[in-house]
Amino acid sequence: MTVPEGTFAAVVGPSGCGKSTLTRLVAGLMTPDEGEVWLHGERVKGPRNTVGMAFQNPVLLEWRTILDNVILPLEIVAPRMPRKDREARAMELLEMVGLVGFENKRPSELSGGMRQRASLCRSLVHKPDVLIMDEPFGALDAFTREDLWQTMRDLRAAEPFTAVLITHDLRESVFLGDQVIVLSGRPARTQYVMDVDLPADRTLDVLFTPKAADMLHVLRDQIKIAQGREVDH
Amino acid sequence: MFSKIATPIIAIIVFLGLWELLVWANGWPNFKMASPSDLPPAFWKYRELFLEMGWQTLWRTVVGLFLAVIVGTVIGMIIGFSRIARDALYPLLIGFNAIPKATLVPVISLLFIGQHDFNTVLMAFMISFFPIAVSVGIGLSTLEPEYRDILRALGASKATIFWKIALPKTLPEFFGALKVSATLAFIGTNLVEIVSPHGRGLGALFKSGETNGDYPLMFAVLIALAFLGIVLYYAVIFLERIFAGWADREAT
Ligand SMILES: Nc1ncnc2c1ncn2[C@@H]1O[C@H](COP(=O)(O)OP(=O)(O)O)[C@@H](O)[C@H]1O
Ligand SMILES: [Mg+2]
Repeated sequence: MTVPEGTFAAVVGPSGCGKSTLTRLVAGLMTPDEGEVWLHGERVKGPRNTVGMAFQNPVLLEWRTILDNVILPLEIVAPRMPRKDREARAMELLEMVGLVGFENKRPSELSGGMRQRASLCRSLVHKPDVLIMDEPFGALDAFTREDLWQTMRDLRAAEPFTAVLITHDLRESVFLGDQVIVLSGRPARTQYVMDVDLPADRTLDVLFTPKAADMLHVLRDQIKIAQGREVDH
Repeated sequence: MFSKIATPIIAIIVFLGLWELLVWANGWPNFKMASPSDLPPAFWKYRELFLEMGWQTLWRTVVGLFLAVIVGTVIGMIIGFSRIARDALYPLLIGFNAIPKATLVPVISLLFIGQHDFNTVLMAFMISFFPIAVSVGIGLSTLEPEYRDILRALGASKATIFWKIALPKTLPEFFGALKVSATLAFIGTNLVEIVSPHGRGLGALFKSGETNGDYPLMFAVLIALAFLGIVLYYAVIFLERIFAGWADREAT
């Protein structure tokens, strides 16, 4: 599979097919037994600091404030950056996701959705070229999830990056993706690729258009095939 | 805030009152059981000894505990990071911990004859490092992979991951163990002080009370030990507040 620079790829596939494994391969946290991963014309051999990662759990550090959690990657990637600049950068992102006023709170004082927002800020604070997300909205309730889709869309409009989003929510894949990639059952193969030709500044309403309904239908059938089930028409 | 201090004090007063009542109601003479009212005279009579011996006991316990923290943390790191080391060391550690430490007193006092300070510190250390080693080991080995990955994905070194994530994350468990270890270290110190001939410290004072049939003195020593134990325990709590206060979630 190929993800053109600056675009958003949503990856869906049956549970256990290797989606999380895929994110770890792209991030360089694992090396493939077979095959290769290339990022910006370079073969991935290990972790690289131009990548940002977000997981299903926000994995925030309880002993740090929200602001210090967001700053964490800068401590690794830009050790010489002055504290003031780090804070300014973190606050810029916190403002974009609507967390101003919470920067000095501890993670335990925030709701699940707010924690995931902070986690997104942390994965973007060092301006990565590629953002890899493994079901980051999976544990949230439906309304919070839709809020975060919009936040994601706005973040991407503000700071372009290439994104790979693992998800089990087809509506999410259509709303956020420029392309949706359906993986087959384990061992995963690229089974189907759908180009999402909806406007870039789409709103949630777009999901209720007949076009989106058709796309969701096609994806639904592809998932059934990937799960090895009959498609009933 | 007021009730936080008043409640334990009232509890102690009630406890002493019941004790006094028990001794009085049974008409026990001093050589059977001392009562709280016998204690202040005993403390006053031996006040200089109490200060000196109390200090002996305290510093040895703290030094032993300090060693236990260092060695326990190192052992915990070894078993926390390496599967092989964990499989190799766990049976040894558990076996060593299961040995009643009283049986080791003659062994170490033969090994290091006359080194009373050293022996006492050694025993305090040996009896108290185990909970620390186990808690650090478990804390490190059960660190969720995602916590490691948020820094590993950026190419951070193992040492950075340890300092920024693994270590702070194990601090609550570490302090939990330290509270247990602090009281254990006291037991170790006193064991050697009581058993050694010509020993020093509160344990030795206890023994001299026994030899002379001075029951109020013996009970006064016990109270002094309890007092030191409480002081050390709250010192640990104080450190915990500073270094791991974030783990203390307020009820919402
Ligand atoms: N191509 C593959 N080769 C070998 N093992 C795989 C492969 N894909 C997935 N697995 C294994 O399958 C299990 C589930 O994979 P995971 O990536 O967690 O799935 P998902 O995130 O899609 O639910 C893991 O134990 C993983 O090691
Ligand atoms: Mg997964």
